[in-house]
Amino acid sequence: MATKEEDQTVGLMPKCRLLCQGAEGRVFETKYWKKKAILKQRFDKMYRHPILNKKLTRQRLGMEVRGMMKARKLGIKTPTVLLVDQETNSIVMEKMPGIMVKDWLKAGKYSEADLDTVLATIGKMVANLHDGSLIHGDLTTSNMIIRTESLDITFIDFGLSFNCSAQNGPEDKGVDLYVMERAFLNAHADLPGLFEKVLGAYEGETSLWKSTFNRYSEVRMRGRKRSMVG
Amino acid sequence: MTKGKVTICMGFEGSANKIGVGIVTSEGDILANPRETFITPPGTGFLPRETALHHQQVIVPLVQKCLKEANLTPKDIDCLAYTKGPGMGAPLVSTAVVMRTLAQIWNVPIVPVNHCVGHIEMGRLVTGAVDPIVLYVSGGNTQVIAYSEKRYRIFGETIDIAVGNCLDRFARCLGLSNDPSPGYNIEQLAKKGSQYIEMPYNVKGMDVSFSGILSFAEDTVVKMLKKGTATKADLCFSFQETIFAMLVEITERAMAHCNTQDVLIVGGVGCNKRLQAMMKIMADERGGVLYATDERYCIDNGAMIAWPGLLAFGQGDTIPVEESSVTQRYRTDDPVINWRDD
Repeated sequence: MATKEEDQTVGLMPKCRLLCQGAEGRVFETKYWKKKAILKQRFDKMYRHPILNKKLTRQRLGMEVRGMMKARKLGIKTPTVLLVDQETNSIVMEKMPGIMVKDWLKAGKYSEADLDTVLATIGKMVANLHDGSLIHGDLTTSNMIIRTESLDITFIDFGLSFNCSAQNGPEDKGVDLYVMERAFLNAHADLPGLFEKVLGAYEGETSLWKSTFNRYSEVRMRGRKRSMVG
Repeated sequence: MTKGKVTICMGFEGSANKIGVGIVTSEGDILANPRETFITPPGTGFLPRETALHHQQVIVPLVQKCLKEANLTPKDIDCLAYTKGPGMGAPLVSTAVVMRTLAQIWNVPIVPVNHCVGHIEMGRLVTGAVDPIVLYVSGGNTQVIAYSEKRYRIFGETIDIAVGNCLDRFARCLGLSNDPSPGYNIEQLAKKGSQYIEMPYNVKGMDVSFSGILSFAEDTVVKMLKKGTATKADLCFSFQETIFAMLVEITERAMAHCNTQDVLIVGGVGCNKRLQAMMKIMADERGGVLYATDERYCIDNGAMIAWPGLLAFGQGDTIPVEESSVTQRYRTDDPVINWRDD
C-alpha cells in the first residue's frame, strides 16, 4: 500500500494522492482540467486467478460507468464521469463535496428533522433507481455521500450495479433492499429504526411497491430462518 | 471470571457429523480435545438419524478418554457447556442428553453455547486476534461477521447454500472419498490442476450465492470428463479458485466497510490452505494480518464449546437442566456477548 502523502502517477493521471483503499480498488484525489477530481483504480487482485481477475475487473469497470450514467438519467445524483481508461482500469470522476453517510450518522451532529429528511431522501432515491430497473448492488452507508449543509445525497460505487429484467425485477430489488437493511442494522446497531424510515419513503415513491415488498419479505425470511448446520 | 480460582469446563459438540468433548481452563489452556467423525461412503452424505446413532455409540468412551487425557476426575469439572444450536436436530439431542445426565450425576451447572459463537471465540483464543472481521465457513454456514455492541453481527452471508455444503456436493459428483473430508480431497486434487475453467461467479454486495456454480458444476462436470476436455484436478482447481475468490471478495468488502484491518478465518472450510493463502494476499495488500487455525480447531471440536461456556459461566449465565434444550436454528447474532466490553 502506497503512503498517503506522496503524489504519484496513476494510469494517465499525474499527481494523484491516495485517499483510501476501498474493497474494489484504490481511490485517489487528483485534478482534471484544474478541477478537483477522484480517480478510482481497480488494481489487479493478486489472490484471484488472472483469467477471473481480468474478467471481473473489466466487467465491473463497465458496470460502474454504465450504472452511474443510467442513475443520472433517472435523476439520481452521482459523480460525473470524466474519463475512463480501460488499459489501467481507472475512472476519473467529479469529486463530490461531503462525507460518507456512515460517518455522518456516527458523528451524530444532526437534528431529528435532518435525520428524517436524509433517510427519506435515501428511500426515494433507491425507489427511483429501482423504478428505472437499475439495481445498485451494494447499498451501504459507505457508498452514499452527504453534503452536510444542504443534506444532498450522492450515490457512489456502482461496481456491482446492473439492469434487472422485468422477470427478475422483484427478486433483484428485494435482494438490493435486504443488503441495504443489513448494512444499516449492522453498521448502525446503536441507531435502531433507520431502515424502517428509508423503507417508508421508498414505499411512498415507488410505483411497484407490492411485488417488490413481497419478494423482499421472502428474501428476508430466507436469510433469517435458513437452517444452519455444521 | 471467578477471580483467583481457575475454573474448568467440559464442552460437548455434536451438531453435525463430528462429535467432540473438550476440557478447557479459565486461563485458556486446552487440556484435552478428542473427537470422532462419522464418515460415509463416497457419493453419499451424512443423514441425521445415522449420524445421531454414531454419536450415541462413541460419546461415552469419548468423555472417558477426555478425562484421562486431561488427567482429571469428574470432581475437577466446574461446569458443562453444550451446543444449543444451530445444527442437525437428532445429533444435537443425542449430545445434549449425555450432557444433561452427566450434569445431574456430577452435580454441576450447565451453560448453553451457540455453535457459531464457539467457532469465533475459539479462533480468537487460539490466534490471539482481538477484534477481526471473521469469515466463518463450514458445511452449514458461510458468514462474514464483525463484533459490535455486544453481538456478533452478520455483515454478509450466503443467500442459498453454505460453501462447505457446495464443496461436499461437488465432491459427490466427482465421486471423491469422504475420508477424512470431501473438502480435503478436493484441496489435494486441486494442487494438480492447471487449466482454469470459467464458472459462474456470484457476489451481491456482501452476500454470496453458490447455487449457480453448483448447478453449473453438476451439469458440466460429467460432460467435460467424458469428452476429456478437463481432468478432475482441473475441475477441483477451477471450482476452488472461483468460490474462494468470492469469499475473499466479500470479506474485503466488510473490511473496507467496517474499517477493520485484520481477518480471522474459522469453521471447517477454514483449514483449506488455498483459501488461507488467498486471504493472506488480500490482508497483506490492506496492511492487515490474517489469523487462521489448523484442523484441530477449525473443524468442530469440544474445546470450542467449553471455552465460550467458561466465558459465559464467568458472567453467571448458567441454566437449570429443564431449560437445556436444543434448537436447529440459532442465528450468530442472537446471543448477547456479555463477556466483551469493547
